[in-house]
Amino acid sequence: MSMHLEVENLYLYYKTLKGIVKAVDGVSFQLKRGEAMALIGESGCGKSSLSRAILRLLPRNTYKYEGVIKLDGENVMEYSDEKFRRDIRWVKISYVPQAAMNALNPVIKVGDQIAEPLIIHTNTSKEEALEKAAKMLDIVNIPADFINRYPFELSGGMRQRVAIAMALVTDPELVIMDEPTSALDVLTQANIMNEMKDIRKKMNLTLIYITHDISVSSELADKVAVMYAGEIVEFSDAESFFKEPSHPYSKLLLYSVPTLRVDREPIYIKGQPPSLIDPPTGCRFKDRCPYRFEKCEEKPPTVSTNGGFAKCWLLEKR
Amino acid sequence: MSGERLLEVTGLKMYHVIRKGLFGGKFYIKAVDNVDLTLDRGEALAIIGESGSGKTTLGKTILRLYEPLDGKIIFDGRDVTHIRRGELKKYRRETGFVQQDPYGALPPFMSIRQILEEPLKIHKIGTKEERLEKVYKALEEVRLTPVEDFINKYPHMLSGGQQQRVVIARSIITDPKLVIADEPVSMLDASVRVEILRLMESIQKKYKLGIIYISHDLSTTKYFSSRINIMYAGKLVEGGPTREVIYNPIHPYTRYLINALPDPDANNRFVKRDVPPGEPPSLINPPTGCRFYPRCPLFIKGLCDVKEPGYTYVNENHWVKCWYYEENR
Repeated sequence: MSMHLEVENLYLYYKTLKGIVKAVDGVSFQLKRGEAMALIGESGCGKSSLSRAILRLLPRNTYKYEGVIKLDGENVMEYSDEKFRRDIRWVKISYVPQAAMNALNPVIKVGDQIAEPLIIHTNTSKEEALEKAAKMLDIVNIPADFINRYPFELSGGMRQRVAIAMALVTDPELVIMDEPTSALDVLTQANIMNEMKDIRKKMNLTLIYITHDISVSSELADKVAVMYAGEIVEFSDAESFFKEPSHPYSKLLLYSVPTLRVDREPIYIKGQPPSLIDPPTGCRFKDRCPYRFEKCEEKPPTVSTNGGFAKCWLLEKR
Repeated sequence: MSGERLLEVTGLKMYHVIRKGLFGGKFYIKAVDNVDLTLDRGEALAIIGESGSGKTTLGKTILRLYEPLDGKIIFDGRDVTHIRRGELKKYRRETGFVQQDPYGALPPFMSIRQILEEPLKIHKIGTKEERLEKVYKALEEVRLTPVEDFINKYPHMLSGGQQQRVVIARSIITDPKLVIADEPVSMLDASVRVEILRLMESIQKKYKLGIIYISHDLSTTKYFSSRINIMYAGKLVEGGPTREVIYNPIHPYTRYLINALPDPDANNRFVKRDVPPGEPPSLINPPTGCRFYPRCPLFIKGLCDVKEPGYTYVNENHWVKCWYYEENR
């Protein structure tokens, strides 16, 4: 089966007064159609920047933006901004931004907000778009007559569902979700995850979802990508990853999760992720890594593992 | 439970008053309704509930940031339910509060030193030198060291985890016996959470501090509390030793809550979680009887919707308020 999304050597740097921020620094990975990838890592590791780089939603202070992003083999990085806006963004790739539930326009009815991407990005009439919006509400388990309500009349979970409906209304192939459930209650989160499990099958969606909650990441993920200091340090299928990840950072991340069903004292990773302005040379995780040795001063190789690949000297075959 | 009783709360009620319209129709939000709980010296208790369950109001009422409508709060052998002025000030000194949002809890225009000195000045503790010494000690206690690097900084110069350490330092600087921590780590990165909770745990053990964790996160509190209470719609519905409640939950709501929480496992994507229908009720006009009955699969008509369930003991320490369990045990 050919790849749906291929990202090769993607870079996104920002220019700030303090220096160049290397938010996405040479990232490569591939996903098949219908696969879901969880993108995990601590805050400030470049997870959201990676999603913005794929969507080409670049801030004004972008310093470097290059690499290859292929959708079904077609390199969309070569598209002009206008063509990308017309044919790709919100048509083929859509987005549920972080805290989307609080970003709805308070004075526009939710139906009109869901219909908007359809009217702007495709040649759909307003009536048809509203009809589709009602259908989308049904898919995310909100009564269809809610299209005439305003965001403040909805609970947090419902508003998050509206944001998801908005991303799905144009029948995209790839959806990027940034922390889709982190502000929600446990039961609401479980509900939305149940719905996403159905929706991704029904719509054959390729999914990238960003979270710092590793337990929640296992609710959808076929693949797991671990990001640290602007790089993907491990990419793996979910089975191998949750059984035993390869990179030391992934291991510590997994063992820092408090588990409910088994007793295992959670640990924590000492220190903080490095600044992306002046990341350490060699392995970027070395200062926090319990397995550090001489080799770590040099840039680690990308080694293939049982589930995918990882960047670590320890894994190199000797 | 053995140990010395620090806090005993019985029948606590706290209703928020809201007025609607010009002609003053009064409504009550029954945020805390008939809550009993106890805490021993040096013990860590967790109160778990969803947003809107009244858990924050419960914490603030125990700290007497709200005046209770009814019930009793006995702290260290004294009745503090309706104390005022001098006595209330003394109570404030003996209690500490850790809020959810560390940045919002720290005044941005004050340095860390000023922030930590403030409670000492208010309570007229020590001379200027002694106060500074206490500030140093508190910062060392929360491991913001070397202290010189932090003491003159302002809150915005610190990371979220460091800010929360300052909030914790402030909550313990008057040597309190009780600290209530309201979602102390929910705003922090997952990898920092365990670190902050370990820190609080070590302080709790060292000073025999009583801590009440208020949280929505059952899996985190599992490792940092010896007992938990589950709160739903203004009432506590189940309580007991932490692991006992998590491994043998009785109340249908507790069961749903535990079932909804994933552990990292690649099989999760193939299974769906059993979630109760509906949403928590409005606390202005909550259901009669058991407040969970409209969502409950075990609902007994004519009983659950009529009469409020009382305590049923599963064993010596583990209790539940559920008619189904009472009738079918």
